[in-house]
Amino acid sequence: MDDQTTSSGLVTADGQPLKRSLQRAERTRKLTALALVGPLLAFLLVIFIFPIGQMMWRSVDNPQIVNAIPRTLEALQEWDGEGLPDEPVYAALAEDMRADAELPRREQWMGRMGVRLNYELSGARGAIARTSRAVDEFEPPFKEAFLDAHRNWGNPELWQILEREGRPLTASYYVAALDREYDSEGKIVLRDENRRIYVSLFGRTLALSGIILFLTFALGFPIAFYMSTLPMRYANLLMICVLLPFWTSLLVRTTSWIVLLQQQGVINNAAVAMNFISDDQRYSLMYNMQGTIIAMTHILLPFMVLPLYSVMKNIPPSYMRAAKSLGAKPWTAFRRVYFPLTLPGIGAGGVLVFIISIGYYITPALVGGQSGRMISNEIARHMQQSLNWGLAAALGSMLLVGVLILYWAYNRLVGADSLKLG
Amino acid sequence: MDSTAGDDTAFVRFENVQKSYDGEALVVKNLNLDIAQGEFLTMLGPSGSGKTTCLMMLAGFETATHGNIFLDGEKIDNTAPHKRGIGMVFQNYALFPHMSVAENLAFPLEVRKINRSEIKSRVQRVLDMVELGDLGDRMPAQLSGGQQQRVAVARALVFEPSLVLMDEPLGALDKNLREQMQYEIKHIHEQLGVTVVYVTHDQSEALTMSNRIAVFEDGVVQQLASPTELYEHPKNAFVAAFIGENNKLIGTVTEANNGTCTVQLDNGDVIKASAVNIDGVGSKTTLSLRPERVMVIPEKDMPDHMENVFEAEVLELIYLGDHIRTRVRVCGDDEFIVKVPNTGAGHHLAKGRRIDVGWSVADCHALDAS
Repeated sequence: MDDQTTSSGLVTADGQPLKRSLQRAERTRKLTALALVGPLLAFLLVIFIFPIGQMMWRSVDNPQIVNAIPRTLEALQEWDGEGLPDEPVYAALAEDMRADAELPRREQWMGRMGVRLNYELSGARGAIARTSRAVDEFEPPFKEAFLDAHRNWGNPELWQILEREGRPLTASYYVAALDREYDSEGKIVLRDENRRIYVSLFGRTLALSGIILFLTFALGFPIAFYMSTLPMRYANLLMICVLLPFWTSLLVRTTSWIVLLQQQGVINNAAVAMNFISDDQRYSLMYNMQGTIIAMTHILLPFMVLPLYSVMKNIPPSYMRAAKSLGAKPWTAFRRVYFPLTLPGIGAGGVLVFIISIGYYITPALVGGQSGRMISNEIARHMQQSLNWGLAAALGSMLLVGVLILYWAYNRLVGADSLKLG
Repeated sequence: MDSTAGDDTAFVRFENVQKSYDGEALVVKNLNLDIAQGEFLTMLGPSGSGKTTCLMMLAGFETATHGNIFLDGEKIDNTAPHKRGIGMVFQNYALFPHMSVAENLAFPLEVRKINRSEIKSRVQRVLDMVELGDLGDRMPAQLSGGQQQRVAVARALVFEPSLVLMDEPLGALDKNLREQMQYEIKHIHEQLGVTVVYVTHDQSEALTMSNRIAVFEDGVVQQLASPTELYEHPKNAFVAAFIGENNKLIGTVTEANNGTCTVQLDNGDVIKASAVNIDGVGSKTTLSLRPERVMVIPEKDMPDHMENVFEAEVLELIYLGDHIRTRVRVCGDDEFIVKVPNTGAGHHLAKGRRIDVGWSVADCHALDAS
């Protein structure tokens, strides 16, 4: 043994330093691991991480104005921000518009700037569209010509917006997503009460997710407990019933809820037929918050039951027996011994259900109506109808960050390594 | 069912207890068993013999289908497990994994609403008793199997129950540790004087620890007796075969008087045996004979107390250190084992050699035929 140790540390039998030898042996192992994980990693990078990164980038990306009117922005630097800018700015704007019109259509920025400005000031798009058609005939002094072409060019607010947003990055989507806006002095203030939507919608999304989380827990815990006590054969049968929603198309499930819940639906008809309610008192179970809660609780129940069941199945019955033999009443035994052992399952199920329901889209869209809408519906609206992708990206990024914060908090409180997902 | 405990002094009493799980087969058939205060009673039997069911009925986790169970004179059939005040050690210890050792031990005291300082001192006392004094803060998963076992025993004793049940508590330990724990549990029993009902399928464990052993088979107690009695005087062929090693010879009783009988084996050999459990002349019987009670008789030296002497052929020798396990063919039986003590004087045994073996009437028990 002594001849294998030198002053520089241990060596192997053939004289190589032990550390280098170990590294070489480890390197092969690491390469194998990387080769095994590599394809999935690349796949995730391309279809998951990259799009999310791009989406988040969109929430601050602001190229339209910078690209459309570079000369105007330069001229605007002289402006003191009070009243209207002077003639050189209008002249630069005319030059920018003429230069933009020279470009091939696909490379023109003026139209995009119009769309972008319209998010900040309604009517701005019209001003730009009309002016860029007429700008070729403009004669100096340009200020009057612009003011004649569209009254918005005489609106100091438009110029303030141009100055503020004439930068490659913007915070305005986040400002809007938080129900805030810039006032005439450029300060961020709350919007008018009737125009605040997103904060309360975030609040409602969290509240609905909380209610759904509680309901899936209250419904899922007893069934998971019962299944864990049954012999395998019956437990599997029950498990199929629980999993059945998993195997049915989401759309089919949701539309079956429509059949059940609508005003002329099965539940209301049955209640009327059994004289619980009169015909004109039918419950409105759908196209409101109840609809979203009922349908989503049903859809998300398996996500709660599965982790709970897998945890409970591995709690030996002898624990409860031991607690009782030691003198604990059944309820005490449950509270002090059984329940704490199910916490990893509750944590896993809870995190799953809450995170999934925070971003849920299709069910609220179909059965939620106006009061059962969630933030994801608003994101979808901006993606598909208003085409304000920047705002959609800002809302989505806030949702993502919110989920990450929740996960972080969970990790701090309970420890993510205690999650048992099955 | 015999019992050394007096009728009214029985601490635990099973009275005509039957148990069926499916309404078709009885797992426990008419059990009558008295256990005296302070006794260490072992329920011994192969798996499926009903011993664990009996323990679970006593603990209150199973209800008897018929009959009554008494604890200290009270009928406890309808008493919930947590009101019985019986300590229990489970097969896999059932230590609560989310509580530290000290919290596990404090649990039975906390649910009894004992005050904090009292709990602390009692927990420390039992920890010291099982020699784990400074491990109170560990979690059960951080303990070795033997340490977990001690904590489980300590937890069953900490609330000072007068009856402790143990359900194969040493099954998960390796052999050396198991033997050590057997002595420790035995010493704790002697020290505290609690009544222990112990379930095991390991006969040497039962012999080591118990005051009395109830041998279970097929839902029936085959014999209830002290370890010595069980080994020396098994009442039937099952007990003889289950406890210790045993040579079995099957024959027909030809003569019986004064507690001895003459048995003719199928190959014609005639053996004299003590009549323990036979039906009378003409009935079939199993002769039971411990391997260590068979003597190899040195040539031309016939001791007069050996009523049965036969010529045997040595088939196999296994050297086991303290004795030589010798398989011989005698009385038409190829599986006849003789344990020859290793006296160091050298021996004359060799494979294929013919020797004389003999045994006395007292050591040869004529039992039932099965």
